[in-house]
Amino acid sequence: MSGAIDTAPVHAAPGDSSHARPAWALSAPALMLFAGVLVIPLVMTVMLSFHDWGQYKGIEPVFILKNWHEIATDPYYAEMFWRTFRIALLTTLIAALFGAPEAYILNRMSGRWKSLFLLLILGPLLISVVARTLGWALLFGGNNGLMNKLLMSLGLIGSPLRFMFTETGMVVALVHVMMPFMVMSVWAALQRVDPQIENAALSLGASPLTIIRRIVLPQIMPGVLSGAIIVFSLSASAFATPAIIGGRRLKVAATLAYDEFLNTLDWPLGAAVAVLLLVALVLIVVGSNALIERRYAEVFR
Amino acid sequence: MPFLELDRLGKQFGAQTVVDEFSLAVAKGEFISFLGPSGCGKTTTLQMIAGFLDPSCGAIRLEGRELTAVQPAKRGLGIVFQSYALFPHMTAAENVSFGLEMRRVPRAERVERVRSALTMVGLAGYEDRYPKRMSGGQQQRVALARALVIRPSVLLLDEPLSNLDAKLREEMQIELRQIQRNLGTTTVLVTHDQNEAMSLSDRIVVMSQGRIEQIGTPQETYERPASAFVARFLGRTNDFAAAIDRTVAPPRLVAGSWSAPAPAGIAGPVTITVRPERIGFADAGLAARIVTRIFQGDHWLFQCVSECGTVIVIRQNDGQPQPVEGDAVHLAWRVEDMSLRGAGAAA
Ligand SMILES: Nc1ncnc2c1ncn2[C@@H]1O[C@H](COP(=O)(O)OP(=O)(O)OP(=O)(O)O)[C@@H](O)[C@H]1O
Ligand SMILES: [Mg+2]
Repeated sequence: MSGAIDTAPVHAAPGDSSHARPAWALSAPALMLFAGVLVIPLVMTVMLSFHDWGQYKGIEPVFILKNWHEIATDPYYAEMFWRTFRIALLTTLIAALFGAPEAYILNRMSGRWKSLFLLLILGPLLISVVARTLGWALLFGGNNGLMNKLLMSLGLIGSPLRFMFTETGMVVALVHVMMPFMVMSVWAALQRVDPQIENAALSLGASPLTIIRRIVLPQIMPGVLSGAIIVFSLSASAFATPAIIGGRRLKVAATLAYDEFLNTLDWPLGAAVAVLLLVALVLIVVGSNALIERRYAEVFR
Repeated sequence: MPFLELDRLGKQFGAQTVVDEFSLAVAKGEFISFLGPSGCGKTTTLQMIAGFLDPSCGAIRLEGRELTAVQPAKRGLGIVFQSYALFPHMTAAENVSFGLEMRRVPRAERVERVRSALTMVGLAGYEDRYPKRMSGGQQQRVALARALVIRPSVLLLDEPLSNLDAKLREEMQIELRQIQRNLGTTTVLVTHDQNEAMSLSDRIVVMSQGRIEQIGTPQETYERPASAFVARFLGRTNDFAAAIDRTVAPPRLVAGSWSAPAPAGIAGPVTITVRPERIGFADAGLAARIVTRIFQGDHWLFQCVSECGTVIVIRQNDGQPQPVEGDAVHLAWRVEDMSLRGAGAAA
């Protein structure tokens, strides 16, 4: 019995390797490009994070844990990372809260309206993130922001709404930027739902609310969650929006790494921040992805 | 008073009339089929009964009660969809249980009813399977159990068997019929498969372009089709142009070299319609030559060329010697096996 089990892979092996060789050969160009533009710079960044740096001596290619030690002990970095993930999490939650119903309503619209509103939602993707974020800054930025001026002249608010250099501002602007990704992800999940399924539930006596809660939501949940993963990782590593709204005062991981590289010129410290952000994101994304796949195995197939 | 009554039901999509003047009375416990080609409005009619579509005009009554004003969720009908529309995130048992939960059936009774419904459709032991891990036939049974477990007053089936292969479909037809007989649930089946309609139904509603062509038992619609459309749609037919010969007394009905005493009340030229299995080879009759002969196990199919055009003849494979290709034969049929239609037809 055990002999039979043992020999089976041996029989299979020659066939496998004869298939594997051309497969490797064919993917070699892509693999080389992948290594050239992604793996090598990444490895160099990781190595850089262990180098030394001084105001006058510049970068010294030695192996020390100075940068990592600084990040681990200085509460400034802990606060900054918490802020980064807090903003990303809030952005994700709000995007899911608005994006999922948006996609559902969109999916129920008929023909012409559907394509019009789909264009309205996806259209902003064609405009640069910088332009979109500057738009928010123009509306709410300080005393001269258009909205602030209007609201104050109407007497609705006494002092201008604080938007620039606040986490609220960053979250609002990020939600705006990230919304299309959430809508698209939920939309894709909705396309796989049988259009008759709501009628089936209706005929069994379910109320509209029950149908959404017990029939529709469980089926689009994988879409919401994969959209959440995209939005979370994009928001946590976002640069343009936090840079414009948060500026120097309210730094997140990406803007801090940028400043270390280009302003302080402390490349090793910037590398350490970037590597930490990357590792944390990879862990979070891979972890939640595995969780989702296990939880929703029957819906995913 | 009929159990389910459709009264001059109509549906328009924009300018297009999809269902027109649809009137039908269904008795309690009856099995009715809507039969017609694709796009003739079968699904639309069924969806109006279910309440997913609002009729443009007309009324639907269940036990004399107006149904059009009742919410679909409150109609208490059981529906099996063409795509089954099972809830993919629920097991077979959870799918079947859903309708009972909505009706606030106590838990113990729910479990018992789900179990017996799944047993009835032959799925005992599949309670914890997800629909994705079931075959088409099994999914179809879950859908049937889900619709029946709420003890619906009417069961609506929209081409429930069309996704199954021929053998499984036949098995499911027999099973469906047995279940329906045992429970006595009034059933409306939508299908475009005439064999399915004939083997399952008490009565068939033959539809064409949103209109009812004929309502009758399977035998009636097959043997006394009300229109050429019904005759052609329910199995194969042969049409012969015939005329009345008044030079002889009594007058005779003549098609080529075939003739018979003319029925009373016939005036001008008519079309004779005869089923292929009702035509036999005889010593006298319509002269023809056999072009192809196809063996189909329990019967032979002959294609003949006659004076009146191509004729199809089906003969039982009863062991008797049969003519071969190229043979000259005479085709004959009994007067009561043909139906007449045309300008001069009285009926
Ligand atoms: N929502 C709609 N808007 C416009 N026309 C429709 C709509 N639904 C159906 N129709 C039209 O109504 C006609 C009948 O459709 P229906 O679905 O009732 O046909 P059917 O008899 O069920 O056909 P099949 O056997 O293909 O399912 C078709 O011509 C179809 O194009
Ligand atoms: Mg249909």
